[in-house]
Amino acid sequence: MNILLFTLILLLGAYLAGLAGSLTGLGGGVVIIPLLTLGFHVDIRYAIGAALVASIATSSGSASAYVKEGITNVRLGMFLEIATTAGAVIGAILAIYTPVNLVAILFGVMLIFSAAMTLRKKHEDALQEGSKLSYVLKLNGSYPTKEGEISYKLKNIGGGFSIMTIAGVLSGLLGIGSGALKVLAMDTAMRVPFRVSTTTSNFMVGVTAAASAVVYLQRGYIDPGIAFPVIIGVLAGAFTGSKLLMRINVKSLKVIFSIAITLIALNMIYNGINHKF
Amino acid sequence: MGKNKKITDYDMEQLIGQVLRYGVLTSGIIAIIGGVWYLIQSGAGFPNYTSFSGEPARYTSLTGIIKGLTEGSAKEIIQLGVVILIATPILRIVFSLFSFILEKDRLYIVITLIVLLIILFSMFGGLKV
Repeated sequence: MNILLFTLILLLGAYLAGLAGSLTGLGGGVVIIPLLTLGFHVDIRYAIGAALVASIATSSGSASAYVKEGITNVRLGMFLEIATTAGAVIGAILAIYTPVNLVAILFGVMLIFSAAMTLRKKHEDALQEGSKLSYVLKLNGSYPTKEGEISYKLKNIGGGFSIMTIAGVLSGLLGIGSGALKVLAMDTAMRVPFRVSTTTSNFMVGVTAAASAVVYLQRGYIDPGIAFPVIIGVLAGAFTGSKLLMRINVKSLKVIFSIAITLIALNMIYNGINHKF
Repeated sequence: MGKNKKITDYDMEQLIGQVLRYGVLTSGIIAIIGGVWYLIQSGAGFPNYTSFSGEPARYTSLTGIIKGLTEGSAKEIIQLGVVILIATPILRIVFSLFSFILEKDRLYIVITLIVLLIILFSMFGGLKV
């Protein structure tokens, strides 16, 4: 294998990761880690560094398109970022004491969970009555639709905050955005409408990943030779994805992608159990 | 009051969108420049990624990266792109802080400061080892 070929394959893989990540809302990291570890036998620690870079690139690359539409709930995102960034720092500390095989198995389990979450039906209806805390923290909001502004109220703020902390820990430990857990916290626990939870989650992924990326950069997990094709590929893919999103039906794409990542996940778990990392 | 607040929120979101867009664009362009330079310089050998040894200090600290830039070294140029990419969402929080200060929203000034402090702790808290 020479450097040029490695770079070109990685560039193509990162492009597809950014594309799939922005279309399905799963982020770029879930594709980058298996590609590097299973495909190129790269040490999982370099792969985690690359996945963090990919998560930030997908998030910032597609968030710049979403924020413009005024759907993102900035206050909700900021409040929950206390949980995710604190979790991410804890995850980055735990990473030192976690054997790499366990990291691979956890990653596989997380992938299967993400695949299931992608296919689950989300809440689209807005609550009319929020919990007390939702008023105190000014988390209720509204978003524009073709039929006019729809206002929504939130409940179970504590539950959502707790799940977000776990999402942050896993993000710091595995290098992924944990978008699926973020949507679970907002959708199932807090009843944030689907369009708002998707964009707000994406908005938060970049900040969460940045909180642990500063640690991993100092630890030497981010290799320049791996990082540059990942940045370029993921950004180009996320950009294409956000353009395509308006025009294509992502439903069948989500099914195909979910099956694919479940197979990859089983492979990661199998290799993790057999100490192949 | 209600209407005023809406306009600032909207303006701020536009500004945040711009910050994210220019941040990723700058990072991407620097990564391309550094990457092409890296490929031109690279010889026949292939780096050993199968076992983890950690990157040397010149790629992992700001002073190391800046020193490499003055020498025109390709890998440090790429790492500068990485640093800008990581800085983009952090800069977004700083902009949100300004926005909440303008709106005199004390609760969210405090919440945003907490998020910033956690990230600063992550940067300078000696979590490296």
